[in-house]
Formats: sequence, structure tokens, C-alpha cells
Amino acid sequence: MHEPAKRPGDDVILSVKDLAVHFPIGGGWLGGGHQLVRAVDGVDLELKRGECLGLVGESGCGKSTLALSILGLLVPTRGRIVLDGQVVTGGQSGDRKTLARTVQMVFQDPYASLNPRQTVRRTLEDPLRLHGVTARSEIDDRVAVMLKQVGLRPEQAGRYPHEFSGGQRQRIGIARALILNPRIVICDEPVSALDVSIRAQIINLLLELKETLGLSYIMVSHDLGVVEHMSDRVAVMYLGRIVETGDWREIFERPAHPYTQTLIAAIPDPLRHTPLATTKGELPNPLNPPDGCAFAPRCRHAAAVCQRAPVPPLETRPDGHAVRCWRADEIAAQTALAST
Amino acid sequence: MTSPPLIEVENLRIDLADRSGRVAAAEGVSFRIDRGETFGLVGESGCGKSITALALIGLLRHPLSIGAGTIRFDGRELQNLSAAEQRALRGNRIAMIFQEPMTALNPVSPVGRQIAEMFVLHKGKDWSEANRLAVEALADVRVPAPERRVKDYPHQLSGGMRQRVMIAIALACSPDLLIADEPTTALDVTVQAEIIELMRNLCAERGTAILMISHDLGLVANVCRRVAVMYAGRIVEERGSADIFRAGAHPYTRGLVDSLPRLGSRAALGRTRLTEIAGVVPAIADFPDGCRFNPRCRLATDICRTTAPEITPLDAGGLVRCHHHA
Amino acid sequence: MKLGSSLIIGGGLFALAISVGLLAPWLAHTDPVMDANLMNAEEAPSWVWWFGTDGQGRDIYSRVLYGARVSLTVGIVSQLINSVIGVALGLTAGYWGGWWDDVVNGLTNLMLAIPSLIFALAIMAVLGPGLTSLLIALGLTNWSFTCRIARASALSLKRQGYVQAAKVLGYGDLRIMITQLLPNMLGPIIVIGTLGMGSAILSEAALSFLGLGVRPPFPSWGSMLSEARDQITTAPWLSVFPGLAIFLTVLGLNLLGDGLRDILDPQSRSRRA
Repeated sequence: MHEPAKRPGDDVILSVKDLAVHFPIGGGWLGGGHQLVRAVDGVDLELKRGECLGLVGESGCGKSTLALSILGLLVPTRGRIVLDGQVVTGGQSGDRKTLARTVQMVFQDPYASLNPRQTVRRTLEDPLRLHGVTARSEIDDRVAVMLKQVGLRPEQAGRYPHEFSGGQRQRIGIARALILNPRIVICDEPVSALDVSIRAQIINLLLELKETLGLSYIMVSHDLGVVEHMSDRVAVMYLGRIVETGDWREIFERPAHPYTQTLIAAIPDPLRHTPLATTKGELPNPLNPPDGCAFAPRCRHAAAVCQRAPVPPLETRPDGHAVRCWRADEIAAQTALAST
Repeated sequence: MTSPPLIEVENLRIDLADRSGRVAAAEGVSFRIDRGETFGLVGESGCGKSITALALIGLLRHPLSIGAGTIRFDGRELQNLSAAEQRALRGNRIAMIFQEPMTALNPVSPVGRQIAEMFVLHKGKDWSEANRLAVEALADVRVPAPERRVKDYPHQLSGGMRQRVMIAIALACSPDLLIADEPTTALDVTVQAEIIELMRNLCAERGTAILMISHDLGLVANVCRRVAVMYAGRIVEERGSADIFRAGAHPYTRGLVDSLPRLGSRAALGRTRLTEIAGVVPAIADFPDGCRFNPRCRLATDICRTTAPEITPLDAGGLVRCHHHA
Repeated sequence: MKLGSSLIIGGGLFALAISVGLLAPWLAHTDPVMDANLMNAEEAPSWVWWFGTDGQGRDIYSRVLYGARVSLTVGIVSQLINSVIGVALGLTAGYWGGWWDDVVNGLTNLMLAIPSLIFALAIMAVLGPGLTSLLIALGLTNWSFTCRIARASALSLKRQGYVQAAKVLGYGDLRIMITQLLPNMLGPIIVIGTLGMGSAILSEAALSFLGLGVRPPFPSWGSMLSEARDQITTAPWLSVFPGLAIFLTVLGLNLLGDGLRDILDPQSRSRRA
């Protein structure tokens, strides 16, 4: 497999501008006193054609909410999503089908994501029919071709999900996501529910399909090894905002945000019994986020400026590496000093 | 001559009773853990690692039962102990933490009470003394404001905090052995790091040995001194943790290590296709004959399909169960 | 693999009741209504009159056979109405949530708070006695359990990945409810349905006993019991045989419900395969 060549910047297939999704929490019949969870709060994102964008963050960081908004399943509070030149944040139900032919999703749990009462054939046929493919021969062809592409035999189409292993089920889930020939696939932790010895098969399959079908991926995962392996660019989210984004090599070799650094250092080194990097405290209460930088309460490098409003801006460097940290330059200088 | 091991498992077989009779869900399982040692048991779902742990703590229940073999804890055979004697060991000298602390904690009892219960039950303390000790125990697991937190119910705590409470309960009586079954699988990476460090430090202070069970070979290799890899009910390799990761002797171990994308490997080597292990993990009822890994193994020959390999010592130290081991 | 014995016994009893009802014209000895003959009044069971005769000399055996038609029609049709109402309300309430869920919940609680027999009585009082009124009255008053089950299933099923996947594929709400949710909640709904049939048969008996059921002289098990009330000591066979018929049919339906519960689960089906 070769490293994909750099592509021109105008080749953007998905762009997310200042997206925010806020959920009201609590409040009763009379509507009084409810609070707001800012699950996603001002996210800008671009996905280029043929690219795999890794979306990294811990539970509650807003990465799933972001994915659901792109899929049109959540109506954002503000901001816009442009898919292939079309603004899709209108929220009309007529657009749902058009959207479905553009963006699809591979789910985490291959056990819960297949209808136990539908054969594989029905799972793949129904979407085709719904989207106007009626000729029996075309349906049969497309189902058979798709099954072969994901490494299953067309004869297996008559079986029910429980007759397959976890890895095979995930292949069926991938086939379902690809049956409408989408341009973009959101992969939500596609291997984390699988047995370890099966994961490589699915990772390889996803990368092959991306090349042969010219797909673009948004790869949502907390497994940094998988993200590093699959992504061309990486965006790191913390408490509803992107805190760092850039080329995969930049993110993994020169992480600039203390949170990204913590994430990478928290991965256990199998060859040494070194202590894992820890932070103090836990994810802040999303109902009552810190005034300044959201990571400040847990950050080793936090200074007075980090604790107070405003939130630091996401500053983009000339090489496209963007960081949301007041002290990124000082921290980089410190690390450079320490390593010499 | 070294001191006798804390726990010694010999030729353990665990039977699973089903409609068609009994099948061995795990067999020929042997290992020992010394006092204060960290030992890891790694494998995929259904490989028998969790039921081995349950056997150690005496919690196997129908349809599972010990079919053969012995478990010696501190020189005493666990199977020969009465139910009451086993209960006295559990929680007191052998403790366990689970993957999902929400289901392992009692939802209708404040966490402080659940910790205090351990002191009442095993150390004969009265409740007021036990409650005081519970606050200390919560402070030990770095729960902020422990005096207030003891009154909280499990659902009021985050996943990481609940796992800290589990550790506090498990380590309340300074047990000799802590069994940690996938203790961080349900947690985020930064929280995982904190829980692992906490567990590692507290056990080191108390001289508590750890038996860590996980599917995550990288994590176990980092935490434990020695690691045993299980596949389809048998231990296939047991080595020092760095050795097993750097140069696994069993094809399954090597396959596991090679098949996972490692942080930094793409930067160093470029994006290479991951080495796949073909096939699927067999279910207990369909364990193959001979070496159980043979249908998925690149090195398999005729003998692998007919004869189960014996445990063989390696020159470099450690044990392997393979006809063609490296 | 053995099929559950409750399934076999229950299914057998229910099938027996249905075939008795269907084959009544061929199995019966006499016409249940017309062949009254006071010469034969209140004969005890014998080789001639298997179940005895009533005060007007009608053959109880024949009347029990024909009575199955009314009782089973009431049981099956009214429970079908209940199931459709319950599933429609529960499924939409669970799936959509919001104010609609509040409305359905309120209705369900109301239905549960009023004893369904009293409610049915009130409806019958408005509609007047007769088979159609009976079907409507019993069909409108016993859907709350089905509704609860459907709502709870919808609540848990709608979070399943395959429902999300269907949304992502552009399925509309109705299509999702029918193709993704309904087939996966059918098991418990059918179980509740068979139990409901049993209770509808009992309610029919109760309403007929109170004189609100099928108009005499046409027999139903309930109306036969009602008519036999005064002779329970002098001619016990008048009440024993229709009572036994009700008992066996309801028992059969309950056993059938239990048995179905075990097999209506795709996982357990594959384990048997």
C-alpha cells in the first residue's frame, strides 16, 4: 500500500462550518430552569476527496454528536454542513434520501447493528429498492458484487446475522454502508467491538475499499494505533471543540496540544513497565464547563491565562497544523529543550 | 530455593455442561504467581481467561465446574476447602475487580457502606470504625472529598470513580491476590491510565499480587512481569512480558502482535498492510482437534491437525505449546 | 431437540377447540337451537345424551360444540383488535416519544386503572347486547398490556444500531417501525396476545353470564353457564361441561403463550438448528 499523494486543497467533499449542537437537559413541563449541554460547540472541519480523517476523543467529547449531525440525524443549533457543494443543514426530510446516497456509516457493534430478523439479502436489497432500483437482475447483481467486495460469498446472502461471526457481521455492516455507493463513510469505532485477531482483517478491508471505490472516511475512534494507521489527517476533540488538527504525522510525532500529548502518552508501552501518563481529575461536567480552556483543570501546563475566558482560538499554522492552546509555542519550546 | 508460590494452578480443566454433555471450556491450564508478582492472562473472547479467574476465586457456577486439576492458594488446595472457608478467603485474601463497575456495585447501597462492609465482614470491625476506614480507603484511591463521597450511590459517580470504588473495596483487606478482569476496557484511555497507575501503586505498597486479565496484550505487557496467552481454552505461551511482545514463540502470539497497528510503526515503516490472522475464533463446541490454532496457522502441518502439542520449556525461558515454535 | 411440552399441550388444546368449532355441524348430534324437546328435558349424561340435556331438552354436547364458535370468535377477534390498537399506540409512543408518548401513557394508565370488565360493561350498556357489541367492547378495553410491551420494546429497540442504520439509509419513520421494530417485538406481543385471548374468552363468559353477551337461544359457553345458574345443584352437568370447555381452552391458550415465549427468539431457534 502506498502513501496517498497530496491532493489539491479545493477538492473538499465535506465542510463543516461553526457547527454547534446544544441539548437542553432537565426542565419540566413548564420549561423552567433547564440547562444546556453544548455537545458540539463551534466545530470547523474539512474532509477532502479520498482522504481518511481520524476523529479522536474520549466519551462525551462530542465526536458521535458531530457524526450524527453530518448524517442528518441531528439538527444542529447553528452552523452549516456542505456536502459535495450542497448545503444539507436545512433539515427537510426530502433531503434525507439524497443525503443517504452521499454519506453512510459503519457502526461499532456488529451484533446490535444488524436486524436479527432480516437475511443479509434483505438488509442489502431494501435500501436499493427504497432508492429506486427496481430491476430484479440489477438488485441481484449489486448485492452479489457488494458481498464479494467485502469478502463474503454471494451464496451466504440467504443467511441471518446470527449465523455469522463478529468479523463477518462487520463485513455485512460495511456492505450495507456501501450498497448505495456513497462518497463518504463515517466509521464509528469499526473494530473496537471485534476480537483482537479479527481487527486486522477489517482494517485492511476498509483501506482497500477506500482505494478501489474512491471513498472518503471519517474515522471515529479512541484507539490511537488504529487512527494513526488509517488516517491522513487527524482532528482531536475535547468537550465539544476541536483542540488540535493536522496531518497524521504532525499529530503523532509533534503533538502540540497538551491533551493530545496526554492521549498519546496514556497508551501503554508493551516493551517497558513505564508508568502511564496521567492527568489530574476527570472530564469536567459538560453542564458547567470551565470558563477558559476546557482542558485547563487537568493540564500540567495550565497558567492563569488558561483558566479565564475567553476560550483559546484554534490557530492554524502555515503547514495546516492547528492548535487551540494559549501556550502551545512555549510548551513546544520546553519539549524541544528537554529532548536536546 | 525460592519461597513457595502464592497461587499455583496445575492442569486445571473447566467443564461446561450443555445439553449434549460436557465440553472442556479450558484445559491443561497451569501457572503460578508469586507473592507480590504481576501476572497477565491474555486472550480473546471465549478463550477461557475469565472462567479461569472465576475458578481461582471459587465463583464458578453451573453450567461451569472444575473438571480436573488443582488450585493451591498459599499451600492449601482450594477445592478441599468448605464453602465457609472459601467465603472467608474471598474479599479478604483474594479480591476481584470487574470490567463494568456499575453492575458489580450494589446500586441501592452508598459506596462508603459497601467498602465498610468489607471491614465488618472480614476484619470484625464495628460499623463506626469500619466507616472511618472506608473514608481512608476512598482517600487511598484518590477520590476527591472522600468524607462526602462515601454517602454517594454508584450511579452518582463517573465510570472512572466507580472503578476506583471497586478497587477500594477489593483492596480494603489488603488481599494477597487481586484479580482484575478487564478492569479498564469500559474506560477512556486517560482514565484507563489513571486506574492502571492506581492499581499498580496500591498493590505494590500492599505487596498484593495482581492477576490481570485482558484482551489487550499491549496493556498487560506494560503492567505485568509475566504474561500467559490463552487460545481456545489452552495456554499457548507463557513468557516474560517484553519477550512475548518482542519475539513471541507461538504463531498465535506473533500473529496478535503483528496484526495490531502499533503507535509509531507507520511513521517508522510507512503504511504497510497489516498481517491478518485468517479465519475466526472457534466457539467452545467447535474447538478443532490437535493444536487448536491449526486451522488459522500458517505453519500448520499434519501433526498439528492430529496431536495437541505439549507444553515445552523455551531455552530463553518461558513455556510454549506448539510443534513448530520459534 | 424436544419441543416444549407446554407448547404441544397448549397448542393441542387450542387446536382442538378451533376444530370443534369449525366441525360443529358434523360433530353435533342435534341442532343446538331448534331441537328442543321438552320430553328430554334435564336428562343426565348418558350414552344417548353424552353431556346431558338442558331444561328445554336441548343436547348440551351439541350446544358446547356450537358454543365454541362464539367463544373463540370473541377471543380471537377482540384480541386482534386489542393487539392492533396496543401495538399501534405503543410502537409510535415508544419510537416518537415526546407529547404523543405522554398522551399514550395517560390513556394506558387510564385503561389500567379502570377494571376492563367494568369498562366493557359500560360500552355494552351503550351498544346493547349482541356479538358485534361484545367484540367492540372487549376489543377496546384490553390493549393496555400489549401497549406497554410494545412501547417498552420500541424504546429499547430504537437505540439498536440497525435502527440507526436504517435512518442513515434514508428509511422513513413508518418504514422503520414496520420493517425494523415490529418484527423484533412480535415475540412478546404474540405471547401477550394468546394470554389476552384466554382472558377475552373469560370476559365473554362473564358478560354473557350477566346477560349481556350473545342473545339466547344461540349458545355460547358463557350464556350456557348463565342459563345453568339456577340448576347448579339439581343438574350440575349444565354448568360443568361449558365450564370445562372454557377451562381447557383458556388453559390451552396460557400454555401456548408460555411455549411460544421460548421459541419466538431467533437466537434460540438457531441453537436448536
